[in-house]
Amino acid sequence: MLHFERWKIVLIALVTLAGVFYTAPNFLPKTALEEVPSFLPHKQINLGLDLRGGSYLLLEVDTATVNKDRLQAQMNDVRKALRDKRILYTGLGVNGDAVTVRISKPEDVETATKAIEGLGAMVSANLLSGGLPQRDITVTATGGLITVTNTDAAKLARAQSAIQQSMEIVRRRIDELGTTEPVIQQQGLDRILVQVPGLDDPSRLKALLGQTAKLNFRLVDTSTTAQQALATHTIPAGSEVLYMTENPSQPLLVQRRVMVGGDSLTDAQPGFDSRSGEPIVSFRFDSTGGRLFGEVTRDNVGKPFAIVLDNKVISAPVIREAIVGGSGQISGNFTVQQANDLAILLRAGALPAPLNVLEERTVGASLGADSIRAGLIASIIGSLAVVVFMMACYGLFGVFANIALVVNVVLIMGALSLLQATLTLPGIAGIILTIGTAVDANVLIYERIREELRVGKTPIAAIEAGYNRALAPIIDANVTHFISAAVLFELGSGPVRGFAVTLAIGVVTSVFTAVTVNRFIVSTWVRRARPKTISL
Amino acid sequence: MRRLKIVPDNTKIPFVKYRHIAVGLSAIIVLAAVVSMFTKGFNFGIDFKGGTVIEIATQGPADISDLRTRLNNLGLGEVQLQRFGKDTDVLIRIGTEHGQPMDDGGQVVIGKVKAELGDKVEYRRIESVGPQVSGELIRSATLAVLISVAAMFAYIWFRFEWQFGLGAVLSIVHDVMATILVFSFFQLEFNLTTIAALLTIVGYSMNDTVVVFDRMRENLRKYKKMDLGELIDLSINETLSRTIMTSVTTLIALISLFIFGGEVIRSFTFAMIFGILIGTYSSIYVAAPVLMAIGITREWGSVQLGRGKANADKKA
Repeated sequence: MLHFERWKIVLIALVTLAGVFYTAPNFLPKTALEEVPSFLPHKQINLGLDLRGGSYLLLEVDTATVNKDRLQAQMNDVRKALRDKRILYTGLGVNGDAVTVRISKPEDVETATKAIEGLGAMVSANLLSGGLPQRDITVTATGGLITVTNTDAAKLARAQSAIQQSMEIVRRRIDELGTTEPVIQQQGLDRILVQVPGLDDPSRLKALLGQTAKLNFRLVDTSTTAQQALATHTIPAGSEVLYMTENPSQPLLVQRRVMVGGDSLTDAQPGFDSRSGEPIVSFRFDSTGGRLFGEVTRDNVGKPFAIVLDNKVISAPVIREAIVGGSGQISGNFTVQQANDLAILLRAGALPAPLNVLEERTVGASLGADSIRAGLIASIIGSLAVVVFMMACYGLFGVFANIALVVNVVLIMGALSLLQATLTLPGIAGIILTIGTAVDANVLIYERIREELRVGKTPIAAIEAGYNRALAPIIDANVTHFISAAVLFELGSGPVRGFAVTLAIGVVTSVFTAVTVNRFIVSTWVRRARPKTISL
Repeated sequence: MRRLKIVPDNTKIPFVKYRHIAVGLSAIIVLAAVVSMFTKGFNFGIDFKGGTVIEIATQGPADISDLRTRLNNLGLGEVQLQRFGKDTDVLIRIGTEHGQPMDDGGQVVIGKVKAELGDKVEYRRIESVGPQVSGELIRSATLAVLISVAAMFAYIWFRFEWQFGLGAVLSIVHDVMATILVFSFFQLEFNLTTIAALLTIVGYSMNDTVVVFDRMRENLRKYKKMDLGELIDLSINETLSRTIMTSVTTLIALISLFIFGGEVIRSFTFAMIFGILIGTYSSIYVAAPVLMAIGITREWGSVQLGRGKANADKKA
């Protein structure tokens, strides 16, 4: 007990020093940190959103829409395939989870089935099928009725690509906000977790994420007016009624066929109209898009076309002349902010499906700062009270325990900085709780020493026995603590997880400080002072 | 120098003698908890019920009744307002319409409130949980409590004997039920951090129990002929000083957090303070009577002793 091997002393010194070094950056101002040479620790504790302020959003990718869009596209493909083969059909449509069509002549059914099967492709949904490519559609014919359904592998593959695409788009849109260190993670099969620190008002963020931003250019159907079509319930085939953004009550009859889609855009910038001075968004097509746009506008001079964003018509200008340069501008009575945001959305690209907000937690920076201050005050007062109490109960040995306690707090801070674990408000509570329980190991040891003294052992023998015999309960007691921290970490999220982290780190460091640091101090003292009696 | 001693040396409190009173009391607590759970239920926070919480700070002292009228006119269903710490701070709770699925994560509700209150107030905190997520949170929280209890049982069984494991688990169940009783009876808000507090209580209570068990095991080896009741009394008395000391230091730290740690974390701290008190009681008065009731195989104690002796011989 009295003898400490050299390597143990070195280890204790090294661990403590490392704790001090990794804790130190937290007390330096940010400007000074930049001058710290890179070989020295220079990371500060990573504060959670509840302490630094910011937004936490849990988004869900609406995969139902993805499947619906897919069925719509498949229906169009079937129509085209049958037309190419000159096969007569009736009742082509999306029927629940499938595309169905009735072939008019029985002798055509086989050709039709082959043609539709030809539309299929191979997909590999890496998890479910074990990586092997599978067909994406199954085609069944019963009598004259052909049913096209999507295989599970296809649905899964589509959901996976939808979420990956969404993550990418979300990242691009958030990057445009210019915030620091946003976190964007996939959760489960169809969810995206977004954490943006330092954002006081998340409404702009949500506005940016809340739009799919599917832009396309379509011709306006001028065969009849929208009002008339709605009144007589006869909407021409291949057209639909959409509403204007600025005046929602005004409907417009728009062709379903898309002239040019938003995926052909290469750039979009906010600007001002040279004549009217109102905010606009100017855009540029890629070469195919530019050529297509030029052709359609050339053929339809004098007719109006609609600029459609997420099924709402932004504006419907009349084509004055063929637009061949591959660029143009959108005006729609925007405010400067709206023009800015639209340009961001167009540059970042469209989401494959809408995102729903399932959960939001936003903390303002001022509340975060208040929480840090309150947590700090509570920690200092709590620690001081524990320190005083330990001294009152155990005298000099209390001082030894308190030194170990200080080392413990330093180690926790160092570990948090090193691991870059997130410190949350419950996390601070975890540290304070640890301060309370950390002395437990020393209490166990000291109480044991008292007992050994009472049965008449010499001070040195009592101390020796105290440390040795208290070890088993210390380990047992801390393992149970650690188990509950681990379960919390696995099943908790956000702030609660931060609590689990500090609790778990605290358990490990407090065992270390109690059974090595404290023991080292006590043994050094015993060797120097050679006490005949000890007062404990 | 005089030392502060919370527990005098060599206490000889006959804990086992009074165990029937304690068991009766504990049984009443558990029963009351079950009754309260089914009759009063819980005041679930938005984590488990879904809904929206908005904390605002007004420029002057907040006029709660004016705010209440304005928000009630929005037709958002059940709106509760409450002063939160300071005079200027108000906590607004908006429930989900009864039985109706909420709009996507409360976004419409938040928008309406912000439009009504405008930019003059500061939005300190906005939390909104949709019904889908709150359902999942209930499941994972329940799972967390069950898993940790099972893990504790497994660990104690592994380190001691199944009788000890059972005693430990019953004392955990007792602590959890007692905390649940307080939250249900006084209708304190029950949310995710309450679960975190519950798990911490579980860990803490085990910590206490394990120390007592450890001493029992040691005494079982030392005094092979001693009556079990006497042995339990001895073990509890020997460790009593430590049990109380640790509870006091932990309580000191937690009370500091309760007073100075701010409004956000107060209910969390309250749950833990209560848990420490009940956990201290249960490690003395629930775990031990269970062992009295089911008995311990002394065989095991002597086998362990044999092994211990072998080790000691080796060392010598």
